Amino acid sequence: MLYAMCFFLFVIGLYCALVKKNMVKIVIGIMIMEYAVDLFLIMLGYRAGGVAPIVGKDEFDAVSGMVKSSFINASVDPLPQALVLTAIVISLGSLSLMISICIRTYEKYGTFDITEIRRLKG
Amino acid sequence: MSMFCFFLFFMIFLVIAALIAVHTDNLLSSVICVGAIGFGGSLMFLFLRAPDIAITQIAVEVLGLIILIRATISRDKTFISGQREFFGIVFSVAVLFAISAVGLKGFEDLPEFGTPAFVAAAETQEIVASEDYIEQSLSRTGAANAVAAVILDWRAYDTLGEATVLFTSILGAVVILRKETRNSPETIK
Repeated sequence: MLYAMCFFLFVIGLYCALVKKNMVKIVIGIMIMEYAVDLFLIMLGYRAGGVAPIVGKDEFDAVSGMVKSSFINASVDPLPQALVLTAIVISLGSLSLMISICIRTYEKYGTFDITEIRRLKG
Repeated sequence: MSMFCFFLFFMIFLVIAALIAVHTDNLLSSVICVGAIGFGGSLMFLFLRAPDIAITQIAVEVLGLIILIRATISRDKTFISGQREFFGIVFSVAVLFAISAVGLKGFEDLPEFGTPAFVAAAETQEIVASEDYIEQSLSRTGAANAVAAVILDWRAYDTLGEATVLFTSILGAVVILRKETRNSPETIK
């Protein structure tokens, strides 16, 4: 159910990117898709009643130098969290690139309407 | 179960914010709705036991909102009338339905919400990377935070590549936004 809601969020973003004529709206649609994918990946690693993957003082066995099995059986998945961290930072870079393209296009054509821009070119 | 309902309400909030962001005519309110999705998502990351992601999401969201408002403020005079061509819309909606059908079919194989994918995979496979990360990141890398251990030690080259991508995209933005070129007539004079 939650996965399906996440996918619905993704489809809303895809609809916005495909159908809207405003360039900034297209960028917003791509951002919504990014949020949906990030949320989905984090949800895939969630454990019901789990703890964050940070080892506390009580979960560490100082004699053997290993973490206790109570932590291993309770921690959520750290791998999707690490990869989503990368994806979020990269999404900021791609957002700035897309918005700079939008600003440049507005300076040149005076509009955000992509059909208008196409008409001026032909 | 109560946690599931809590997440469900959160997802409904995010979907409503997304629908408003898509359908409103005013660009500035659309951008504000994107902010609602971003900060709501950050709260959701916090409750999904991902504090590192929540912190990063807040920082990135603030910067992203500044960039988006920079693009829309005093430029939202664009008056969009009507939609795209009829054929284009029909084609896009058909593509959307095809993707939805395929995607919903893919969800059937996933484990139930609350069971991590790596636990389900550990039943059939011997080596699962996530288990090793949880077990050994403290003893082998010395980092108490497994996420920091993954991005800065186990997969440090991945983070290097991320920094390269970020640098390249900022470089592209600077090149696109630059007004005066090096060989413009003003600078030659």
